[in-house]
Amino acid sequence: MSETSIDAAPAVAPSAAKPPFNVLIVGVGGQGVIMVSKVLAALAQWRGFEVKQSEVHGMAKRGGSVFSHVRFGKRVWSPTIAKGEADVLVALEWAEGLRWLPFLKPDTGIFICDTKRIVPPFACLNRTPGAPMRYSRETADEVASYVAEGYAIDATTMAEELGNERAANVVLLGALSNALDFPVADWETTVADFVPKKTVAVNLEAFRLGRTWVAEARAPAADVPLVHAPVAASYAPRLEINADWCKSCDICVKLCPERCLKLNAERVAELAAPEKCTGCRLCEWLCPDFAIRVHLDPQAGAEGTAR
Amino acid sequence: MHTPRPSTEPLPRDAKEFRPLTGNEAIARGAWEAGVRVAAAYPGTPSTEILENLATYPVEDLHAQWSTNEKVALDVAIGASFTGARALASMKHVGLNVAADAFMTATYIGVNGGLVLTVCDDPGIHSSQNEQDSRLYAMLASVPVLEPSDAQEALDYTKLAFEISEQFDTPVIVRGTTRLSHTRSPVAVGERVVPPPRGFVEKPSKNVMIPAHARARHLVVLEREERLKEYFATSPLNSCEIADTSFGIVTAGTCYPYVREVLPEASVLKLGASWPLSEKLLRDFCETVDRIFVVEELEPVIEKEIAALGFAVSGKSLFPRAGEFSPEVVRAGFVKAGLLPPQPVSNGWTPELVIRPPVLCAGCPHTSSFLAVRAAGARVAGDIGCYTLGCLDPLRGLDTCVAMGSSIGNAIGMSKAGETKPIVATIGDSTFLHAGLPALIDAVYNQANIAVMLLDNHITAMTGGQEHPGTGKTLRGEPAPQIDYAALIRAIGVKWVRTVDSYDLAATQQALREAIAYRGVAVLISNRPCVLDPVKIKGPPLEIVTGQCTACQSCMNLGCPALTWSDQWFEGRHRVKIDPALCIGCTLCAQVCTIDCIKIAAPVTP
Repeated sequence: MSETSIDAAPAVAPSAAKPPFNVLIVGVGGQGVIMVSKVLAALAQWRGFEVKQSEVHGMAKRGGSVFSHVRFGKRVWSPTIAKGEADVLVALEWAEGLRWLPFLKPDTGIFICDTKRIVPPFACLNRTPGAPMRYSRETADEVASYVAEGYAIDATTMAEELGNERAANVVLLGALSNALDFPVADWETTVADFVPKKTVAVNLEAFRLGRTWVAEARAPAADVPLVHAPVAASYAPRLEINADWCKSCDICVKLCPERCLKLNAERVAELAAPEKCTGCRLCEWLCPDFAIRVHLDPQAGAEGTAR
Repeated sequence: MHTPRPSTEPLPRDAKEFRPLTGNEAIARGAWEAGVRVAAAYPGTPSTEILENLATYPVEDLHAQWSTNEKVALDVAIGASFTGARALASMKHVGLNVAADAFMTATYIGVNGGLVLTVCDDPGIHSSQNEQDSRLYAMLASVPVLEPSDAQEALDYTKLAFEISEQFDTPVIVRGTTRLSHTRSPVAVGERVVPPPRGFVEKPSKNVMIPAHARARHLVVLEREERLKEYFATSPLNSCEIADTSFGIVTAGTCYPYVREVLPEASVLKLGASWPLSEKLLRDFCETVDRIFVVEELEPVIEKEIAALGFAVSGKSLFPRAGEFSPEVVRAGFVKAGLLPPQPVSNGWTPELVIRPPVLCAGCPHTSSFLAVRAAGARVAGDIGCYTLGCLDPLRGLDTCVAMGSSIGNAIGMSKAGETKPIVATIGDSTFLHAGLPALIDAVYNQANIAVMLLDNHITAMTGGQEHPGTGKTLRGEPAPQIDYAALIRAIGVKWVRTVDSYDLAATQQALREAIAYRGVAVLISNRPCVLDPVKIKGPPLEIVTGQCTACQSCMNLGCPALTWSDQWFEGRHRVKIDPALCIGCTLCAQVCTIDCIKIAAPVTP
């Protein structure tokens, strides 16, 4: 990474013409994105640069996507990094890393990404049999072809092995430290400043682990295993409703996740929108009168396609 | 703040003189340095941290408080100003709507002690219900607006705002945006200087706004606006940087750094004071350059003023009227104008993006409330808070959301208009105290047939966990009297009031059904503390008994972030697993599990 380093010592600060160095740090709420960017910003300021660090919080705590822009140099104007202008993209979560990939400089950008996957509830909503999870399917190899230099690190497992899963962000900080020629002692003092006192030792260990990992692994990491196993037989759901047993209690209608049931004119439960039914059996399980049976008839056709 | 440390390198010259502060921290620092005595606010992203930071300064220096809403906060500040103290009210853009009533008359009265409103707009709607432009309020009120472009200016302008306020006898708005509030940049700080006390000035013709007095004061306000224009014509707040005269850019606030990023050498008129605008200042600049561009977020305030002077000007034809600006947006505008070449920058990456909206936390007590509301088949008038997220899949439990406290009024309207579904208003504790109470009194008075679900999580959660009159603590964490919601609600005449544990799903559903069946106003208090604030709650996690899960997805209907699909399948569907790191053991998933296969992972230690 030596050719991407910048003039760090204040005596040889970058010239006015030299654009600021841009680091984009992304992840999911609660992972420690802001902490990583604070360490970098504090260190860069300590080294005599003007620094701007910008993020949007508010909704971040609620598990949403979180990002922080850090820019430093002789003179920094915009607090945000434009698309295609990040020198380094540090991602604490795999899919978030992929989301922000277009922000990397196409020719020289460095991609540092934890292979940790945090699957949002939104990815698991399709109840149709055989439905895939809505989560990135790209492998590290595929991603590598889009970036000038990429590192897929299993930082979370590395931190877990050190005894503190929460230090994963500091493992990535250690990896990031290779992209800049700030003295390692300054990095470590700054990290120690920003982590809880009790966890200084484990975080410094995490930092060194990340730093040496990149130095040793100059090629992209081993392939990332896929979470998808979209192999399932295809079913056509069919509801059998016993009108004599139905007492119009409405429970199935109100609790059907697809809202595809209703009470008909005789106040008997009826499948009003069969195309929406996924055969999840909730109505069968919930009916106090055993009036509903769900049949999943095997259907001809290709694997993994429902109906 | 940076502490000195040993270093192998020589120490940088200026590092210690600057502190990395966010815009909000800088505004708080500026107010403190200006000698502010009283500060009040209702929390609202992105303005919340201003008061939180002011509360970190010594209690002997200033009184800082959370108010029940923005109007009360502004009235508190106006009251302090009456006595001669410097005072600050802080709010987000929509908070100014709430405070507008007091604001529009405060401008007639003017000030005794300096009165500053810090109003944080949210272009791009990161965490709001709209993106209105607060400068339009300033036009309406003839009040000056200062717009900092970075944290240093946030500090300097806030200090100056108090001076201008006292010099011109006017409230002053310091307008920020989300980007200013939450960007950290180096700031040189100063010392606190408290101006000598002024004392209350007994002058009814200025302080008591009856028609006879107000007519005279309106003329004073108009004359004041002219004097402010003269002042801003020469004030260093507005700076003119002339280089190439083939074109020039007029801009203000956080747009200025974007302009400089894209066109570092261009001629720029940077308006630190974006209202009122001096005709002379604009005219002088516009006559110097051949083509005129205005780069301003949201409304075309500056552009219209320049156009009114008879100049041909390009603004909203190039730069959008909606959304937040960025270097890309500003660049695209100048590309469209033919001043910059198009810049194709892309690594060709076009993946299918993972949808990751903010969601209710694992164990959030609002989850069961919306499961119950949904099972009731109700028409649901929602409100503003974390629980607005209940409108998303899979809960889909909210039909409307307008403004703070709107839910109950909306529900009254729905019931009076003949909505046939049962009508439920859902409103959080802090929102209820902010603006829900008058609406509930209205519901009782007008005998509406509605059920109100008061989602009491004992905190202002959405903005990050602020105290309010129901929490028993002040902004500074001191003990305070605590609202008894049930007693309060009974006192205004509600006959059906009941409290349920949000984590008891069956009881919540049963109670809501009874509340709906009751003819008249029924209030159900769904009671459980927020899992994040004031203390992070973490109980023993649950787990799914391996092999028993029938993949019915009933638990997935909670939308709980601790629940995801496992690699196992049953009847073509994913079985579910629980992330023990995220699960707090609220048991809601176990309560909805149709085959009872969700258990506590580890035995509870006695």
